[in-house]
Amino acid sequence: MHEMGIASSVVDAVRIEAGKCPGSRASRVGLRLGEWSGVDVESLQFCFEALVLDSDLAGLQLDIDYRERRNRCEDCGAEFAVRNYEIRCPVCAGEDTRAIGGTELDIAYVELEDESGGWNGTRPG
Amino acid sequence: MERVPVEKKVLSENDRIAADLRRRFAEESTLVFNFISSPGSGKTLFLERTLAALPKDLRVAVLTGDIQTDNDARRLARIGFPVQQITTAGACHLDARMIDRALSAWPGERFDLLLIENVGNLVCPTSYDLGEERKIVLLSVTEGEDKPLKYPGAFFKSKVMVLNKIDLLPYVSFDPSLARENALRINPDIAIFETSCTTGAGLDAWNGWLRQRIEARQASPALTR
Repeated sequence: MHEMGIASSVVDAVRIEAGKCPGSRASRVGLRLGEWSGVDVESLQFCFEALVLDSDLAGLQLDIDYRERRNRCEDCGAEFAVRNYEIRCPVCAGEDTRAIGGTELDIAYVELEDESGGWNGTRPG
Repeated sequence: MERVPVEKKVLSENDRIAADLRRRFAEESTLVFNFISSPGSGKTLFLERTLAALPKDLRVAVLTGDIQTDNDARRLARIGFPVQQITTAGACHLDARMIDRALSAWPGERFDLLLIENVGNLVCPTSYDLGEERKIVLLSVTEGEDKPLKYPGAFFKSKVMVLNKIDLLPYVSFDPSLARENALRINPDIAIFETSCTTGAGLDAWNGWLRQRIEARQASPALTR
């Protein structure tokens, strides 16, 4: 339900990054999205496409790196994917395991192209 | 083509405002809870009961979010503490900017306790930090025991679960021990209260815990800039 707001934040962030490199055009943006981030992938794609269509960012692609839920066992240190809400350690059957991943909602990268001309491929800082 | 690392949260702007709010709440020793649940789980009545049990000299404020109407604010205001309705006009959650804007309507006021009633929704509110000390999730026995599994984000990010409407247990096929077990599978550290706002069952335990949290917040030295 809030995917349009999420998509809009992503598009804003892309404009900021592209704006740092005059003459560049953003072609792709990469997100890390956790299983428990509360964001629906299909709905986010739909909102994203609607936002960039016919805009200054037309053609911008969204790459989603989907991250499953992962826990670490406090007893033996094993790290494992949580499937079917089974949080017991598959190695030592320890009950005390803690979440270490799966709630990501991060922008990882933006890819910039020199299409409009004038950008020399360098960026500040 | 050049790939530029960005490495920031999608909601970094919300997180920035929430961090400012959290700093302010720390400076002013304000205890802040963000209540989330599905629509109809009894948040508003739970808050009415909670407010009614608080000492009248405690500085308490309430922000209540809904998509439309100020019905909840009018109900909560009867107890006598300042209440503001945040009408989101369609948005399914409160965000940090809405909290910041609402607080600016009480300039110069410092509160001991701020209770935020989020929009009834177990999905979107979990993504938005409001600067709260903790999220508290309500689950009522007229829902399913598997709600924690269906909406893991809400139960994972909450430090307290209130299992509400327990007076209805004789009339519904709801297994409270299964609900607890499911919540603990998602979040082994979650504290659980069982309450009925109709009979008052379990409210003493909740109110006692809340009183302790308020005292602990007052006792911890306020952070200075």
